[in-house]
Amino acid sequence: MIELIDIHKSFEGKDVLLGVNLKVEKGESVVVIGGSGSGKSVLLKHIIGLLKPDRGTVTVNSTDLSTLDEDGLNELRKKFGMLFQSSALFDSMKVWENVGFGLKRHTRLSDPEVKDMAVQKLKMVGLSGAEDLMPSELSGGMRKRVGLARAIAMEPEILLYDEPTTGLDPIMADAIDELIIKMREELKVTSVAITHDMKSAYKIADTIAMLYNGVIILTGTPEEIKNTSDPVVRQFIEGRAVGPIVVEGMGR
Amino acid sequence: MLIKLIEAIGAFIEKPAEGIGRCMLLLYSVLKHIVKPPFEIRNIFKQMLEIGVNSLPVVLVTAIFTGMVLALQSYTGFKRFGAEGLVGSVVALSMTRELGPVLSALIVTGRAGAAMAAELGTMRVTEQIDALETLATNPVKYLIVPRFLSGAIMLPALTVVTDIIGIMGGYFVTVILLGASSKAYLRATWDFLKQQDIYNGLTKACFFGAAFALISCYKGFYAKGGAEGVGRATTGAVVVSSMTILISDYFLSAWLFK
Ligand SMILES: Nc1ncnc2c1ncn2[C@@H]1O[C@H](COP(=O)(O)OP(=O)(O)OP(=O)(O)O)[C@@H](O)[C@H]1O
Ligand SMILES: [Mg+2]
Repeated sequence: MIELIDIHKSFEGKDVLLGVNLKVEKGESVVVIGGSGSGKSVLLKHIIGLLKPDRGTVTVNSTDLSTLDEDGLNELRKKFGMLFQSSALFDSMKVWENVGFGLKRHTRLSDPEVKDMAVQKLKMVGLSGAEDLMPSELSGGMRKRVGLARAIAMEPEILLYDEPTTGLDPIMADAIDELIIKMREELKVTSVAITHDMKSAYKIADTIAMLYNGVIILTGTPEEIKNTSDPVVRQFIEGRAVGPIVVEGMGR
Repeated sequence: MLIKLIEAIGAFIEKPAEGIGRCMLLLYSVLKHIVKPPFEIRNIFKQMLEIGVNSLPVVLVTAIFTGMVLALQSYTGFKRFGAEGLVGSVVALSMTRELGPVLSALIVTGRAGAAMAAELGTMRVTEQIDALETLATNPVKYLIVPRFLSGAIMLPALTVVTDIIGIMGGYFVTVILLGASSKAYLRATWDFLKQQDIYNGLTKACFFGAAFALISCYKGFYAKGGAEGVGRATTGAVVVSSMTILISDYFLSAWLFK
């Protein structure tokens, strides 16, 4: 379904991705873990063509993204929903207009119908009654959930989640994890999620992949990851500041 | 030595040259999307309102005082050689050919151009433009085309208002304050004013409108580096747009008013 082959990416001489390979099967839920600044968000943006690799290919449904023109890419993007790490809500629009943006543009639904749909999606993320607020009136966690509602609004085949539960309280985080699982089980979506939260990674993942030093160093089922002997992955999942991953300011 | 000099010149013009190149690419993309359906009618009207209607108060004040000071200065100056009768012509010709288009363009740049750069810049650095793309919406079509079109349409419209109000301001000073004959003033206004003066002025305004909108959108669209970057984009938009308006004004005038 989604395949990243040997993706290299650097920004102004700063290497971020150094040959990432990742394969996501149809209906699979892959979680990417990795340290802050390791390039997880950059990786996710390659899948939907927001960033173009310096080298390597991204294929979705066996189409190489680099062969698509503007219209072709837009057609493909209709299959996607993406939740940004920063939520990226349109701050000139009300919450329901944010959620209904894709519906309004790509379907023939009338405004009241779009609003109904938006309200229904907002309910799924626990935000009933927030539809007429402006994004600036929301808390960080609420913004995240509006972003999630916007991502799922068009019922896409592929969902990309950039830290869906960061900034949420543990109960809400678990509810969002349940929603992600429901999306996969009921709508058979294929998903790639990024998270720091190992509890939610174990819960939502079929496969966990760890990004470190610009490459995927290990992929496996949650069980395999839990029991790995790889010292880098162990340090990460156990959340220790001391280990093979050197943390600046932690002289050892 | 010579090589050093060439290198220095090269380094000096590299940035602007790159900017012009990317701006032209953006223009190409804008023009391509203007003729391609679906048309963003709703957005275009919103922007026209934003640029045109909301700029009206400042434009009115500028126009009336410009017409007034123009009349005052030329009246007292021309009196020295007994040419007070030409004040109406001076006001009418200066307003329609030059001050109407240029002043409205500069004012609208300061208001709407800065707002465009700030808004698009903020959308860029907060990933809202990326979000548009993930929602299968081309940001050039959705954000820039409406602003570009409204700039090119509303600036001539504002210029018509500026021309009329400016001439009225001149009339007010010359006839009401300085006591010249109303008939003579109006005669002087009409006698030397050709339709061509007005059209050429509006042509310039249309160009200025398209130019400031394109430049401001360009600056915002490619902003980077957080709030500071947005600030830089906004200042840059106003400075570069104003320079472009003033410089191109000379060449357009030389070409149009042969
Ligand atoms: N558009 C960009 N221009 C320049 N550098 C960038 C850009 N996007 C990302 N980077 C750099 O790439 C590196 C990886 O960034 P990325 O956002 O992917 O990290 P991350 O793994 O998502 O981190 P976090 O967990 O903190 O979100 C960072 O060092 C960042 O500075
Ligand atoms: Mg990130």
